[in-house]
Amino acid sequence: MTIATPAAAAQPYPGDPALTPELVREHKLNDREYAEIVGMLKRPPTVTELGVFSALWSEHCSYKHTKPVLKTFPTSGPQVVQGPGENAGVLRLPDGWAVAFKIESHNHPSAVEPYQGAATGVGGILRDVFTMGARPVAVLNSLRFGPLDDPRNRYLFAGAVKGVGDYGNCVGVPTLGGEVTFAPGYSGNPLVNAMCVGILRETDLIRAKAHGVGNILMAVGARTGRDGIHGASFASEDLSEASEARRPQVQVGDPFTEKLLLEASLELITSGTIVAIQDMGAAGLTSSSAEMAARGGVGVELDTSKVPLREAGMTPYEILLSESQERMLVVVEPHRIPEVQAICAKWELGATPIGRVTDDGLFRVVHNGITVAAIPGQSLVEDVPLYYPEKAESPAAVARRSATPSAAPATDTAGALLRLLDDPTIASKRWVFEQYDSTVQANTVLGPGGDAGVLLVEGTNFGLAVTVDCPNRYVALDPYQGGMMTVAEAARNVACTGAVPLGITNCLNFGNPDRPEVFFQFAEAVRGMSDACRAFGTPVTGGNVSLYNESPIGAVDPTPTVGMVGLLADVTTRIPSAFQRPGDLVAILGTTTGHLGGSMYWWLIRDFLGGPPPPCDLAAERQLQRFLAAAAAERLLHSAHDCADGGLAVAAAEACIGEPYTSQPLGAGIHLEQPAGISPEGLLYGEDGARAVVSFAPDDVDRVRALARELGVPLAVAGSVTGPGTALRITVGSQTLAWETTELRRTYLEAIPRRMSA
Amino acid sequence: MRVAILRFPGSNCEPDAYRAVAREGGTPYYLFHRDTDLQDADAVILPGGFSYGDYLRAGAIARFSPIMPAVERHAADGKPVLGICNGFQILCESGLLPGALERNAGLKYLSRPVDVRIERVDTPFTAHYRKGDVIRIPIGHGDGRFTAAPETLAELEQQGQVVLRYVERPKVDAPGNPNGALNDIAGIANRDGNVVGMMPHPERLADPLLGSEVGRRFFSSLVQWKRPALVSHA
Repeated sequence: MTIATPAAAAQPYPGDPALTPELVREHKLNDREYAEIVGMLKRPPTVTELGVFSALWSEHCSYKHTKPVLKTFPTSGPQVVQGPGENAGVLRLPDGWAVAFKIESHNHPSAVEPYQGAATGVGGILRDVFTMGARPVAVLNSLRFGPLDDPRNRYLFAGAVKGVGDYGNCVGVPTLGGEVTFAPGYSGNPLVNAMCVGILRETDLIRAKAHGVGNILMAVGARTGRDGIHGASFASEDLSEASEARRPQVQVGDPFTEKLLLEASLELITSGTIVAIQDMGAAGLTSSSAEMAARGGVGVELDTSKVPLREAGMTPYEILLSESQERMLVVVEPHRIPEVQAICAKWELGATPIGRVTDDGLFRVVHNGITVAAIPGQSLVEDVPLYYPEKAESPAAVARRSATPSAAPATDTAGALLRLLDDPTIASKRWVFEQYDSTVQANTVLGPGGDAGVLLVEGTNFGLAVTVDCPNRYVALDPYQGGMMTVAEAARNVACTGAVPLGITNCLNFGNPDRPEVFFQFAEAVRGMSDACRAFGTPVTGGNVSLYNESPIGAVDPTPTVGMVGLLADVTTRIPSAFQRPGDLVAILGTTTGHLGGSMYWWLIRDFLGGPPPPCDLAAERQLQRFLAAAAAERLLHSAHDCADGGLAVAAAEACIGEPYTSQPLGAGIHLEQPAGISPEGLLYGEDGARAVVSFAPDDVDRVRALARELGVPLAVAGSVTGPGTALRITVGSQTLAWETTELRRTYLEAIPRRMSA
Repeated sequence: MRVAILRFPGSNCEPDAYRAVAREGGTPYYLFHRDTDLQDADAVILPGGFSYGDYLRAGAIARFSPIMPAVERHAADGKPVLGICNGFQILCESGLLPGALERNAGLKYLSRPVDVRIERVDTPFTAHYRKGDVIRIPIGHGDGRFTAAPETLAELEQQGQVVLRYVERPKVDAPGNPNGALNDIAGIANRDGNVVGMMPHPERLADPLLGSEVGRRFFSSLVQWKRPALVSHA
């Protein structure tokens, strides 16, 4: 190749290895990408530059396989203050308030070092939110592991839970909810997704956009060490036997420093001392500086020899790619440097000038006077080669969707409920969430264990409902329907508290996009989620994509986790999940067709994971959401709980079992009409969407019926709540099934602790 | 009632205590660990959190903060001091309260509601309860197992210094004592009753908007507290 005049010169750093094809491959850059780099620079890159491209052009940072598909998400709406492209999305709340929120994955680190992997996942998402000027008020997490009978999975599960807890507890942000799912596909490649929700005055919003030529870049917070180098590229490859050797690339978290950084950052932002701020997250200093410069349309010059280090002798390459935690990059007007340093010193943190904003558009790195990188900044961030992978559903997936169980129907219809409640995916997650502080900040209205967490926005009387969800079985069987159902379940959970769904963030966990069946899942799931978001008026405000979730046993179930926030205009109208008062009437909202395809019942009882998942009726979901919000506003309902895994029977059982620390469960007597063609199994355990079990005072039955009629929601008054210690009785046609609720509760609560102490 | 709320690096419950005091009509204000003067405080609250990340041992570093000598003088004057959770740990580390708080018996951090019985109503923080009241308030700690030498424990009981005790209610799923604390102790006072430390968080259930406000009276008691002639509880 003939080389034209270089765009800008850069030199090797003394001791750099020779630039060879092997070295390029080790940096996970293919021939096409390398050619683009040489074309952009009009010369071969230095090794430092190769490292920079490797990080920023990794899938994790560049979204090179997914960008065209992600652009199809609906991202606008009157409530959107900030859509995708920033550290976190922001939605408008009443009275000048706003909510910043985002979800992100930390899957690969957690697969090799679950404690630190999960802990630093929480740390990273907290920083994404407080760099917007928002104070974190809730964290949630979505965790997926292989079955607990494998000791390795128990180790990963226990380690990740402890990592999430230790980090969030120390920083002082309550964990208000989450989901934990166990399925064989996650053995070897667990998923750890963490979401953070923050509150800010809309006027305090700050964006990560560098501007003002001559302004100074400062490194704030922890020193830079050798941990986490190439974390972003590690996150962009399949897991294998060799992944264990990646353990040193897992960062180590220090939540104490995070807490100081949180306070210092919010003080820097709300006092107006700084121009911009960004977390040094994946790809550390490289991505934070390059992305802030590109957003602002300016250049940056970094002097890496000025960066405070943990250990001597680090090269510019290492400094640029370190993923040491609890570091921020801020942009400051030169005369305000002393103020920044004073605020940081108050919080026991260093703040060191390490570079400046320039007008030449270059991403330039100087170390001890040697220019080791000089790359056109805009091109570095925006001209990553895009890929349009082939997509095709695998014949096996098509066959699985149309199959039916071969085993005979179970005879013990009642016993099935106990089996379902004993499954760790359905069972109480108390073992998990009692390791997370859920009441710090003194704003928790509904803690974990219900449909969604609800928090009071301090200083107001409104609240937020928050949830994370993904029915991954459905997505695996039918990515389009499953994608819709993911958003629908999240919205239903939010709505069950009485809140109005506002918007979502998502974390798209998939396998290797170069496999057509994986990319088919990805594209279809995004299409389904987009359709649901449009139908519900809940735009996508950002998120994260995690590909290459594959281990030697194959790809994970496609898992597009949704994090949703909803608004409760009056927080005192919130509805709990569990039955509250004996004598209340019980009603079932929605239409039951007895759909067993893709159900937990077929999987656990008939040993069959397949069939078509329940079709998602977006209009019915929307009507149910509207009904729940309207009923809450009129204070009509005493409880509302959605029907999901395990169907109506599990929903009714959970409503009886009660809150995690209630002293005694309540009972209920429920009568189900059995329409022709629907089996008792289908009625009890089918997983039709757009349904909920609600309870209310008998005196309000006419108002409840009228509201349901007005909003077009099918409603069947099916029975009543009975006193503490009484049984759950469900009559199906002429057959009555009964369960001791103390036994249901014990089974439900002990399922996970029993396995973890095995 | 001027209530100084101390902020150590890593404290995270100070806004919660601040709100709880303000709601009852008190005048809360923050003091930083580097301050040395309590600025005419009538009472001092050491809030929960993870001062210094709980590194070394919970409360072990914070007790050396420049503000602590002033807290010791304030306590010696018989004025109210309340330590909640990490604040309790700091008070034990500093010797203002006897005993120590060790790792929970289950070796795990625990966040859950607990039922506690009010054992003493003559402290500045419990005057608005009735003796024997059982309230359900949250805990959130990894190191809450109260322990003391046998003679210290016996003395605490003899002197009536136990302020709060975990109690079991019938048919509750989890044990009443969440952490293995000796004698089910959830909170204690010093000999004069003016310094109180407790592991549960009453400030987290002190707002009517949250659905329960059973913890409010710790703060209403304090705000309306009139310093009595000191009596010993021997």
